[in-house]
Amino acid sequence: MNFKLSKMQLLQQELFRKFAENEIKPLAHDMDEAEQYSMELLEKLQTCGFLGVPFPREYGGGGGDVLSYALCMEEVSKVDASTGITISVHTSLCCYSIFEHGAEEQKEAFLRPLIDGSKVGCFGLTEPGAGSDAAGVRTFAILDGDEYVINGTKVFTTNSGFADSFLVFALTDKSKGMKGMSAFIVPKGIPGLTVSSNIPRMGIRAASNCEVAYENVRIPVFNRIGKEGDGFKIAMQALDGGRIGIGAQSVGIAQGALNEAIKYVKERKQFGRPISAFQNTQFKIAEMQTKIDAARLLVWRAANAKDNHESYSSEAAMCKLFASDVANEVTRICVQLMGGYGYSREYSVERMMRDAKITEIYEGTSEVMKMVIAGNMKIK
Amino acid sequence: MMKIVVCIKQVPDTTEVKLDPKTNTLIREGVPSIINPDDKAGLEAALRLKAQVGGTVTVVSMGPPQADVALREALAMGCDEAVLLSDRAFGGSDTYATATIIAAALKKIGFDLIITGRQAIDGDTAQVGPQIAEKLKIPQISYAEEIRNEGEYMIVKRQYEDRYHTLKVKLPCLITALAELAKPRYMTVRGIVGAYEADIKALNFEDLKDGFNPDYIGLKGSPTNVWRSFTKEAKGNGIKLTNLSADEAVAAIVAKLTEINLI
Repeated sequence: MNFKLSKMQLLQQELFRKFAENEIKPLAHDMDEAEQYSMELLEKLQTCGFLGVPFPREYGGGGGDVLSYALCMEEVSKVDASTGITISVHTSLCCYSIFEHGAEEQKEAFLRPLIDGSKVGCFGLTEPGAGSDAAGVRTFAILDGDEYVINGTKVFTTNSGFADSFLVFALTDKSKGMKGMSAFIVPKGIPGLTVSSNIPRMGIRAASNCEVAYENVRIPVFNRIGKEGDGFKIAMQALDGGRIGIGAQSVGIAQGALNEAIKYVKERKQFGRPISAFQNTQFKIAEMQTKIDAARLLVWRAANAKDNHESYSSEAAMCKLFASDVANEVTRICVQLMGGYGYSREYSVERMMRDAKITEIYEGTSEVMKMVIAGNMKIK
Repeated sequence: MMKIVVCIKQVPDTTEVKLDPKTNTLIREGVPSIINPDDKAGLEAALRLKAQVGGTVTVVSMGPPQADVALREALAMGCDEAVLLSDRAFGGSDTYATATIIAAALKKIGFDLIITGRQAIDGDTAQVGPQIAEKLKIPQISYAEEIRNEGEYMIVKRQYEDRYHTLKVKLPCLITALAELAKPRYMTVRGIVGAYEADIKALNFEDLKDGFNPDYIGLKGSPTNVWRSFTKEAKGNGIKLTNLSADEAVAAIVAKLTEINLI
């Protein structure tokens, strides 16, 4: 057992932390208010390799592993959860699916530009009638000669407002249910593809999240990732891995909020002394840090299992279930510790508390996490 | 093809450095280390110069084995090669001895242009760069705020308190960089992975001993030594005398100056 990061991981963590502090943190508040992600910041993230962390260098990636990616997700989410989800959907949902299931020529054509910093990807599975029950997908892809014709509507597609590549899941054979689902890469700007304006949300408001309509979108057979019928498996595998990223994002949100609260309680004086001198404050902080550390270890365990090519479905579900709960609890308590100022939009814990909620919902709700964990335990 | 060599120092990342009262040297344990800011600007300037005129950037540091982290950071920023000068015999060197060792190493490594930081935030001497140039008998321009290459010359804008000098100097030469010279780029994710695969070339006493007189290196060979180090105490408030006549005020001032032996 070794709970220490390697020297290389420490240097990566330092890069992620400094970049987050200097480049992301100063923009986080304004991006949230404007409900708009900064394209300039996105370019900087690409330049430093934040959009290709866990992929091999021969495809243009960073050459890191899943743990490096988790470190990246934690550090950026400490200052801005919207940046976290932007990286996460691109990396663990879109790019990972192509990396894991794409043919060599597809990796060259689709994966390389996504991870070398030229393009951004998104992932379209959720539909108005298909959330936790992904088998309810009603988007169809019908083969017509050497092209597929895609029709349907996806909602809550993160990154879709500025994405270059849309990984979309559609039924190629509706008689087979979820076994009739396939995955496709649709390029931006293709006729029939319409992206709505941003969907107004409670948190992660800087992230792009839109409805995407496919109306007779024609794409070559080459753009199908995996075989016909592999779509559901591809989506579920991507979401398994994605949960490690969301776990790390949750840890980041919690640690970021706690760091802000600690700074505040040392300075804030009431009843003649800093509020950090009150045992209530100290105990709250001790409890929060303990829970955050426990959540982080669960995230690292899941990342480690994936890096070692062991099964990680349960580990990923547990880290997300626990860390997202911790993120919500910690941000709520941090707002409470900071009182009226915590509730004010001038302080970042208010944003962090709003941002935390989604971690219990997206990439599988907490209820779905429990289904996965109990299922793996063979509880019937 | 220009061979650019940048000398960097790993320094503690804090203004509250603690001193070992016995040796009067810095206690480095437990203090996060960084590349000295002036040196990092020099690294960035070297990488930009390489992009413009071609060539290579070699980064050199003298220090304990842990200084490899600073060298790997430089590699992750885009440097081509890293060299660590490390030996117990080098320990305790003052600026003269340090420059003696680094100059010997630079002769061995080879260079067209040497860039050092102006000064390190832990020592603030600004002496090592100029002394290296003297040892190597090459021209030096300190306090560089802008640099560019013109064939076999470097054009350097040198900062003074109240003015600038623009100088043209023939290569090979040494330039000391101000932090303002260039805002350092970030490392990249893939750069860090590459930096930890790269070999850091190590040069020790045996490798360099033909390049210097061993009597002039290390603690014993250093012509200067720190007699006493201490943390500066903040000046207290002055004494304020009010409601005095002019004569009384003069008398009070003279009495105070006499008391502290100033008159």
